[in-house]
Amino acid sequence: MNLRRDVFQAIADPTRRAILLLVATQSMTAGAIASNFDSARPTVSKHLHILAECELLTQEYQGREIYYHLNAQKVREVSDFLEPFRKLWDDRFNKLEAVMKKHRSK
Amino acid sequence: MERKTKVEAAAGTQDLFVTRKFDLPLELLFKAYTEPDLIEQWMGNKVLKLENKDHGSYQFETTDPRGNVLFRANGSIHKFIPDKNIVRTFEMENIPFPVHLEFLEFEKLADQTSTLTIHIICKSVVDRDNMLKMPFAEGINMAHNQLQKIMS
Repeated sequence: MNLRRDVFQAIADPTRRAILLLVATQSMTAGAIASNFDSARPTVSKHLHILAECELLTQEYQGREIYYHLNAQKVREVSDFLEPFRKLWDDRFNKLEAVMKKHRSK
Repeated sequence: MERKTKVEAAAGTQDLFVTRKFDLPLELLFKAYTEPDLIEQWMGNKVLKLENKDHGSYQFETTDPRGNVLFRANGSIHKFIPDKNIVRTFEMENIPFPVHLEFLEFEKLADQTSTLTIHIICKSVVDRDNMLKMPFAEGINMAHNQLQKIMS
């Protein structure tokens, strides 16, 4: 499974972003989520499936109903996706600074 | 630790700015980019070629202990002004990432401090975003592989 593509494709879709916003404050059933959209129920189900697959939503079974809620941890990881890139450059530049300080003192 | 390196990437643009303040005099910072043996020390790459001049070029590579090439990148040096700036292209070989343009600006802050600003311009917004996501995706994949190892 290509996680990179999945997570970013998941949040690239406006309907899926709206779903994430909707469940941010309270967990909801698929039916309740679908009632907020004009799209057909199977379309909303497909979006929920994608969001659950890449762990942006977690499913909780309560009797016969499935409640969806936001996986805040995962959302944070994605929103902070620049940090590993910054860290890579920071490490590289720390090394540069250390190498050059040693070079100077020779 | 203080976050010395800043990354700016406005949404929907092809541009990327990496800025860093160094506790090094300007000349020493610039030297880190022009002497092959120093580049090899801080970048961890082998320098195959480096012509520090207008219309020059460069090629770097990383190999594993057995000599297999893990990474190779090259580019043309469009402009080279000592202690001031380098304008060059950067392209990774055997990777489906298009070439990008880099403007490296070296500035003196005080006698013992300097800054480097790298302005990168990618071929498209998508290409830039992919480049930004690469270390993030590697991190996720590493965690994912780690998890699979533990679970299997």
